[in-house]
Amino acid sequence: MFESLTDKLSNALRNLRGVGKLSEENMAEALKEVRTALLSADVHFKVAREFVDRVQAQCAGQEVLKGVTPGQQIIKIIYDELVRLLGEGSTGLSAARPLKILMVGLHGSGKTTSSAKLGKLLKKRGYRPLLVGCDVYRPAAIDQLEILAKQEELAFYADRTSKDVPAIGAKALDVSRNESADAIIFDTAGRLQIDQELIEEVKRLRAKVQPDEILLVADGALGQEAVNVAKAFHDALELTGLVLTKLDGDARGGAALSIKTITNVPIKFVGTGEKTADFDTFYPDRLASRILGMGDVVSLVEKAQETIDQKEAEKMAEKLRKADFNLEDFLAQMQQIKKLGSMESILGMMPGMNGVKIDGDAEKALARTEAIIKSMTFQERRKPELLNGSRRQRIANGAGVKIVEVNQLLKQFQQMQKMMRMFKGGGMKKAMRQMEAMQKSGRFPS
Amino acid sequence: MFGLFKKFKDGLAKTVTAIASKTAAIFGQKPIDASSLDTLEEALYTADFGVETTEEILEEIKTAYRKDKTLRGQEAAAIGAAVLKRVLAGSEGVLDRGATPAGNPVVIAMIGVNGSGKTTTSAKLAWKLREDGKTVTLAACDTFRAAAVEQLKTWAQRLDLEIVASHTGADAAAVAFDAWQAAKSRGRDYVIVDTAGRLHTKSNLLEELAKIRRVLQKNDPSAPQHSWLVVDGSLGSNSIEQAKVFHEKFGLTGLVVTKLDGTSRGGALVGIYRQLKLPIYFLGLGEQAEDLQPFSIDNYVKAVFGLED
Ligand SMILES: Nc1nc2c(ncn2[C@@H]2O[C@H](COP(=O)(O)OP(=O)(O)O)[C@@H](O)[C@H]2O)c(=O)[nH]1
Ligand SMILES: [Mg+2]
Repeated sequence: MFESLTDKLSNALRNLRGVGKLSEENMAEALKEVRTALLSADVHFKVAREFVDRVQAQCAGQEVLKGVTPGQQIIKIIYDELVRLLGEGSTGLSAARPLKILMVGLHGSGKTTSSAKLGKLLKKRGYRPLLVGCDVYRPAAIDQLEILAKQEELAFYADRTSKDVPAIGAKALDVSRNESADAIIFDTAGRLQIDQELIEEVKRLRAKVQPDEILLVADGALGQEAVNVAKAFHDALELTGLVLTKLDGDARGGAALSIKTITNVPIKFVGTGEKTADFDTFYPDRLASRILGMGDVVSLVEKAQETIDQKEAEKMAEKLRKADFNLEDFLAQMQQIKKLGSMESILGMMPGMNGVKIDGDAEKALARTEAIIKSMTFQERRKPELLNGSRRQRIANGAGVKIVEVNQLLKQFQQMQKMMRMFKGGGMKKAMRQMEAMQKSGRFPS
Repeated sequence: MFGLFKKFKDGLAKTVTAIASKTAAIFGQKPIDASSLDTLEEALYTADFGVETTEEILEEIKTAYRKDKTLRGQEAAAIGAAVLKRVLAGSEGVLDRGATPAGNPVVIAMIGVNGSGKTTTSAKLAWKLREDGKTVTLAACDTFRAAAVEQLKTWAQRLDLEIVASHTGADAAAVAFDAWQAAKSRGRDYVIVDTAGRLHTKSNLLEELAKIRRVLQKNDPSAPQHSWLVVDGSLGSNSIEQAKVFHEKFGLTGLVVTKLDGTSRGGALVGIYRQLKLPIYFLGLGEQAEDLQPFSIDNYVKAVFGLED
């Protein structure tokens, strides 16, 4: 896990206490830290330098606000600037119908999976998508797309006997007319930006099918190379958007800033998992905090909201914040978690928790815990301190478990409450260790 | 030696021009100065060497420069190369039988995140070993991704390699087990296990890897003798995280770095080696069967700094 930029900046800015104004001199050390943070988040060298220069110009001369540290103030300026940069342009797709989308990128960046994800999304939005297999090189790439198309009940076209990609594209347009498909997604082969032959090929495909969207699919963990890749693809094809993939990992995603700066095309979608549903519209604020290593509280809250009903989520967020959380909330939350997806992906969005691993047999642990809490009275759930020996025995009998399990649950619940308080107090590392320990015991949901 | 270097350099040709074009001015015959140090810093950072190695190289060159203001570009390059060599000392992987009992095949498991090049590397390595006169069985253990089994099967067909495969959704560990049994009974030298891509952040998927190993060890407690992380050379610092976590949770024995036929310098391998001291076995330099080269510190360092023999 990365030491957060906030921590580093606080160190660099120690000497800034009591300074009234930010200036080039007193910010120098802090901005060096910012640059290092950007570089270690894989932002391109030159992009990082320009960015820091811009921030410096913005900061210089500003009064240090009351109530915040200079570090916080600089972070805010950096964060806002990052959000602004990353968020330039619209995440929306062209309104053309039929809507023709060309997916391009390096090898293994996630084009095929993203094609299927996009098809699924467009279908949900009322389109009739057609997936077109234009990767005639990688063994079984066409099979992969076809399987995904079937799975999502999307129309599919490919010609396994042909290597003439522009011709396949043209044929696909005929097919789309016959099948009255109105969103045609062309999945192309991975290619290096310096492979002239293959770049020419995709240019010819583009000329043939006249796409409304040309999306560069880029791995979120891409390094300095991102700049060369984006520039060459943009020069050759005039990209209209970017899809950032594999963000369910813990890459900081600095490549996105590089690509965005070089091409100035909007980042439109992000891939967040291997399943076809793991595809989201791009939110610049989330990526900005990720690049800066600030975690992603907003995402967490929003993800919760998508699945958990609104009121429930607000109540829960409030309780989490106040560390006021009883067994009844716990039960409710557990039931919501089942809908929400894995605890791990949720934790990944919390500041400082990225990369925390949770193991354990989720289903079983959940079921037993649920049974125990359900055997309690409402009053007991709200006030676990009421649970004396005889009450515990009654609950154990009701849930069909041994009394030690009830005891264990209560003990762990206490730990969890303690942990919540630590979240509140910011003792993240300590909280994490506790969380892991609890997980190992297999009691808490993963 | 020269022949091998030449071949390697041809593969890395674009890489060499890219970095050499940036550094030609510094690493030529003229003395270096403050602005060329700046260019040098950029060249090192853009090679994905990471902050630590970049600063180490810069520091040594600066120190030499402070002592001798007439330091030439060539000499600075030699210093940089020396630092890189020092950092990489011991990083050349040698494929041996390890503790494999006589008569048992050596198992090599390819591990890594999605799209890093595991399947292609499995095929390339099988081909290479066969060129070296060894016998190989491929195990198609990516039973998760759509058409992954077909992908490896297509390679096997194309290169006429032996493969044990089931179907998508089958138990990956069972496929590995069967492949080992098949290889053993036919007296094969190697089993190459192609696994499904998984992000290092997904512990449940790491558990599946552990299961593959457990099941292989029923056949041979020393299997898999090699567990290599296949890393996409165009990725940045996250490949260090990947390596760390896979190593911690599963235990790696080495690396393969792929896609170095592009313009990326694959500098992340330096960062990984620095932190984990995992030897680097091969570099992937293209999509064809023959595009796999043993890693050589000398060649890599020379290619990166644009030095000739
Ligand atoms: N240019 C290039 N492409 C590669 C290399 N190794 C693999 N690839 C390509 O990268 C893509 C993903 O590779 P694959 O082996 O399927 O990755 P896996 O998901 O890890 O098994 C495919 O299109 C491969 O052809 C390499 O060394 N150079
Ligand atoms: Mg594969």
